[in-house]
Amino acid sequence: MGVTFKAYNDILIVNLKGELDHHMARIVKEKLDEYLARQTFKKILFNFKYVNFMDSSGVGMLIGRYKHLQKIGGKMGAVNIGKQVKRIFEISGLFNIIPCYKDEIEASEKM
Amino acid sequence: MDILNEMTIDFLSKSQNEAFARVVVAAFASQLNPTLDELADIKTAVSEAVTNCIIHGYENTVGIIRIKAILRENEIEIWVQDWGKGIEDIEKARQPLWTSKPELDRSGMGFTIMENFMDKLEVESTPGKGTIVKMYKTIKSKN
Ligand SMILES: Nc1ncnc2c1ncn2[C@@H]1O[C@H](COP(=O)(O)OP(=O)(O)O)[C@@H](O)[C@H]1O
Ligand SMILES: [Mg+2]
Repeated sequence: MGVTFKAYNDILIVNLKGELDHHMARIVKEKLDEYLARQTFKKILFNFKYVNFMDSSGVGMLIGRYKHLQKIGGKMGAVNIGKQVKRIFEISGLFNIIPCYKDEIEASEKM
Repeated sequence: MDILNEMTIDFLSKSQNEAFARVVVAAFASQLNPTLDELADIKTAVSEAVTNCIIHGYENTVGIIRIKAILRENEIEIWVQDWGKGIEDIEKARQPLWTSKPELDRSGMGFTIMENFMDKLEVESTPGKGTIVKMYKTIKSKN
């Protein structure tokens, strides 16, 4: 389980690995806020390739980060969303604030 | 309907146990030969209920969470219980987007997800005494 970061042009890619429940959401929030305190990014792309489970705690964490980003006119996106995560995105309306892209290249063009 | 099997586990309200609880219930439910999608639904609902005991029931103090699961021919019944704070207004709590802890990055979608991923959800709660969430799902066995 964990989270790693990679800058891609002006986008911060957040690579998630594990099950995005309350336990992991807290760790991601901490690490991401810490990273953003050191270096500002207006565009954040979450890579869900290694996440096969998410619940409403993941939703809360993403919305919380989105609210921060909104204040500085930033944007969020997601790539590589699997079946279970997609259902959670749909039910909670997350796609409205976090659009899903085919890959990093499409994201960097459209974000 | 006859009971085929039943199990009960108690564990501490630690966030590491959210994953543990999901895996235990899914492994037990496997006896009904569910599809992968049905298993994912069960895991999601259990995760929501257990997380609520930890964050809202015990408010991050240490308490006991009990899960009971009952298998019938084509149905699983799951109880998730805590002896924590309890819920004053259950109807309000069940509404989508309602959360009593917005400062903790809660989305208020837990009960909505449990309702969507399971067939039926019952909530029993007494303020100061605790909460039981009972969830039911029909398993359309692969055989
Ligand atoms: N086990 C519980 N004990 C006490 N309160 C609870 C419990 N489960 C849910 N609640 C209450 O119901 C509300 C809604 O729960 P939920 O839909 O899971 O949203 P969230 O967890 O994001 O707040 C919670 O904010 C809390 O006030
Ligand atoms: Mg919840």
